[in-house]
Amino acid sequence: MFLAWIVAIPFLGALLPYGAVRLVPKQACGAAASLAAALVSTSALIIALSHTPDVFAGGEVHASMPWIPRIGLTLALRFDGLAMVFVLLILGIGLLVILYAHFYLAKSDQVARFFAILLLFQGAMLGIVLSDNLLLLLLFWELTSLTSFLLVGFDPRSIEARRGARMALVITGGGGLALLAGFLLLGSVAGSFELSEVLAAGERVHQHPLYLPILLLILLGAFTKSAQFPFHFWLPSAMTAPTPVSAYLHSATMVKAGIFLLARFFPVFAETDIWFYLVGGVGLTTFLFGAYIAIFKHDIKGLLAYSTISHLGLITFLFGLGTPLGAVAGLFHAMNHAVFKASLFMAAGIIDHEAGTRDMRRLSGLWHFMPITGTLAMVAAAAMAGVPLLNGFLSKEMFFAETVHHEWLGHLDWLLPFIATLGGIFAVAYSVRFIHDVFFGGPLQELDRTPHEPPRWMRIPVEILVALCLLVGIFPEQTVRPLLDLGVQSMLGFEPRYDLAIWHGFSFPLLMSLVALVGGLLLYRLRRWLFRAHDWVFPPTSGASVFQRLSTGLQLLARARMPHPTQASLQNSIAWLLLTTLVLAIWPLLPALWSLDVAGLSDWLMGLELSPLDVPSLGAGLILVVAAAGVVGLRRQRLQATILAGVIGLVLSLAFVHFSAPDLALTQLTVEVVTTILLLLVLYFLPQSDVARLSRWRRTRDLVLAVVAGTGVAALALVIMTTQTPSIAEYFLHAAKPAAGASNVVNAILVDFRGFDTLGEITVLAIAAAGIFAMLRGIRLHTPQRDLFGRPWSPDVHPTILAMLSRPLLPMALLVAVFMLLRGHHEPGGGFIAGLIAGIALVLQQLASGQQWSAERLRLNYTRLIGAGLLMALGTASAALLWQRPFLTSAFWHSESTWLGELELTSAMVFDTGVFLVVLGTVMLILDNLGRLSGHRQHGRRAGHQVAAHPAPVPAASAPALGSAPWKS
Amino acid sequence: MEVLIALCIGVLVGCGVYLLLRARSFSVVLGLTLLSYATNLLLFASGGLRSNQAPLLHEGGSFADPLPQALVLTAIVIGFAMTAFMLVLSLRALSDLGSDRVDSRRGGEER
Repeated sequence: MFLAWIVAIPFLGALLPYGAVRLVPKQACGAAASLAAALVSTSALIIALSHTPDVFAGGEVHASMPWIPRIGLTLALRFDGLAMVFVLLILGIGLLVILYAHFYLAKSDQVARFFAILLLFQGAMLGIVLSDNLLLLLLFWELTSLTSFLLVGFDPRSIEARRGARMALVITGGGGLALLAGFLLLGSVAGSFELSEVLAAGERVHQHPLYLPILLLILLGAFTKSAQFPFHFWLPSAMTAPTPVSAYLHSATMVKAGIFLLARFFPVFAETDIWFYLVGGVGLTTFLFGAYIAIFKHDIKGLLAYSTISHLGLITFLFGLGTPLGAVAGLFHAMNHAVFKASLFMAAGIIDHEAGTRDMRRLSGLWHFMPITGTLAMVAAAAMAGVPLLNGFLSKEMFFAETVHHEWLGHLDWLLPFIATLGGIFAVAYSVRFIHDVFFGGPLQELDRTPHEPPRWMRIPVEILVALCLLVGIFPEQTVRPLLDLGVQSMLGFEPRYDLAIWHGFSFPLLMSLVALVGGLLLYRLRRWLFRAHDWVFPPTSGASVFQRLSTGLQLLARARMPHPTQASLQNSIAWLLLTTLVLAIWPLLPALWSLDVAGLSDWLMGLELSPLDVPSLGAGLILVVAAAGVVGLRRQRLQATILAGVIGLVLSLAFVHFSAPDLALTQLTVEVVTTILLLLVLYFLPQSDVARLSRWRRTRDLVLAVVAGTGVAALALVIMTTQTPSIAEYFLHAAKPAAGASNVVNAILVDFRGFDTLGEITVLAIAAAGIFAMLRGIRLHTPQRDLFGRPWSPDVHPTILAMLSRPLLPMALLVAVFMLLRGHHEPGGGFIAGLIAGIALVLQQLASGQQWSAERLRLNYTRLIGAGLLMALGTASAALLWQRPFLTSAFWHSESTWLGELELTSAMVFDTGVFLVVLGTVMLILDNLGRLSGHRQHGRRAGHQVAAHPAPVPAASAPALGSAPWKS
Repeated sequence: MEVLIALCIGVLVGCGVYLLLRARSFSVVLGLTLLSYATNLLLFASGGLRSNQAPLLHEGGSFADPLPQALVLTAIVIGFAMTAFMLVLSLRALSDLGSDRVDSRRGGEER
């Protein structure tokens, strides 16, 4: 399982930048976050490198663990030559990008967030290339889409960034859905989702009638990710991302995921005509189209983006040829492109950083100010153009050779070399344009700042990459050959003969290279005419604007289709919802109701086996009914209504006592107390103004709905209670003692049998608390200075008697809480009840002595309490995994000692303590924060002067900002 | 006894639904509270009504169904969290829209 750490480390390490930022003083935050991120990537790289000897020795490293076996999902990883090539690219360039980003983002206060997302992306990317299971691969595939969305939209204030991020997500995420469908089909045809079995089933897949749909769907995924025409437009729009992101995602890694897919499934799909026409055709179109458009982009990053599209097209085309040598050239060019394009993006970022603009119409003559960066950019651009002695030349030469040797199109065979050369000419032209426009082309124009060389270390990543371009370009056999061999071997299953020499003698491909170089230079010289012709011929439209128009149109259409969107009323929605439910519930009963006669009904009622009714129950029921009616009638007198609601709760807890549910009674009772406090706290803020009464028809409608719903549920309840159904209660009653070591079966169900439910429930509690916390932030409420009758509030906020009485109560109440917690497994009690009791005890102190007073004496951070509780429950649940038992398996020890008597220790008790902490934290977080709002009354009173008998709600803007006060006690 | 419980549930549901459809947020919260009382009671009663048979296994005999009890116990606590959430939501609406009406809104809709 050592292999899994390569993927796991970036995911886990994503938290590290956040932690690092917390530990150091503010001015060192950036460095700490970058260092943490670099540390994470380095660790992953070291583990990857430790596996390389096995691969170089001709083996593969596998690791596998079942995850959801029923659907064929395993956590299976494979580290073979192809994966190794990509892993080294992802981690190597990743490290350089982190170093570069450290300087690029130096002034941003979001460094930790940036590196955290970047590491998540890195983990997802590593997951794609290492997956040995189709479904797992897809999971990581979608994760790259999501994380890239976050990275492209890193600056949420920029509308361009948001738009670019959304576009990238829609296109690549949509492609991911197609890929999912393709994988599901492929898995069903191949009989397994394991990659090794799928790869071995190539023949079967070819013959299968579903071959074409499978191929189309998977290609859709690959093409969208790799920005192939006509899905290319998301890539230029994603250039709104910070430049390190562009260098990493949009040149070296993410866009290569589609390429990786083509390489991985090459043995399964290649060698058919349809593969050649589809992949080759799309690739060639993209290659030519991207190269052509790149010439006309004024933004450096725009030029580089279209050049990337073009190169991705080239690589796709090479795979599309379906020949072994084509695949070799494709893989080689994918590596080369990652190296030179990442360095070019970094150079573009440096120029942007130092000159303040990326617009080539404003830039010129930078050579005098940044000669070193200029030299580096020039070498990298030359590699991009395919100049000899650089890595780009080698793979481009292979590409030219492949087009020449191909014989598929018959008498149109000349077309491929022709298009290839034309694309080569364009590539040279845009490369020259980038260098000449930026670094030469006349003296420096007026800029916002004087450009200069970047910090020494910011250039280092570019220098390393450019050195790689040269090394690979001059000594290919010694440097890249072993790695490439391994990649090819694992991609194709055999090693075709190929030659990486720089000099093949005078050949046709060399002639093509020469024509491309000379033609590109010529084309650049004629650029004025070219630009004019381009503007004249091509309408100023783009895929991005079409997409934007389509999505806006779709939104408008959806709005137009909605009934009266401006008058949409929540009240009406609720009424409709209720009506629909009632109709659906009554519909199947209609025939029975139709044939119903009074005699039959009364016979049925008489025949029911009912338990005897006693007078106290009848009285309690009466109180409940009256109280419920009272809540409705007195709903405008909120205080009275609140009290009546409390009465109902109390009657309910009596019912629980009566019907053998002591746990429920305790819970209901304690919840009733906190709910009442909660309601009272809120009452204070609600405006007293009268609201216009609803129309007569509305009241009638609501009344009908209420009566029908009430009658229906009452009938339902009666039927349920009088119908004997087999119950699974026996199982719990029998198993509680031997399996859970518990006498209190309800508690055993909560913390043991159905512990997973409870885990979910306390998570819901935590989420609700978090939501409440968020909603109360920055809230602005009007705090009335007087009550309804114009009297000022009592100055005696904390009555002395209450305060004095409550203090000795606290330790006793807390003791009761602990007692309840500890005995929960055997007697009524448990984490939920204990948490509520402790909460009430603490709130009582706040009520009696004031929040300030309590906070000074008890420093509790409730959010942390909730977090600790969740972690405790989760930790207990996962601890079982250490003993190779299923999640949430509990253990118990029975011991008898002379000191403590009979003692039963269970791991479920720890789980229950987690529940206790979450419940306590939630209750306190809610009540404390709400109380804090009204606690500002004193300040408000001193400042306020107006006396209003019926304080009307004031506009939010004029109300004092209450929530802006710091939360920490 | 079953008829009485069913009646209570019915009344709680009816009152709850009626309050749910009122115009002001506090009534809606009260309505939700009544509805959750009703739901809890219904769930609990579905396990049968037995007296003096608490599911505490100290001695033999027959016991009440513990499963609905466990379900309802968490439902009660979550009901509290939901009530709190709704109340704070209505406070937030009051703060942002200046009214405690369910259907209040400010200006046009924003994208």
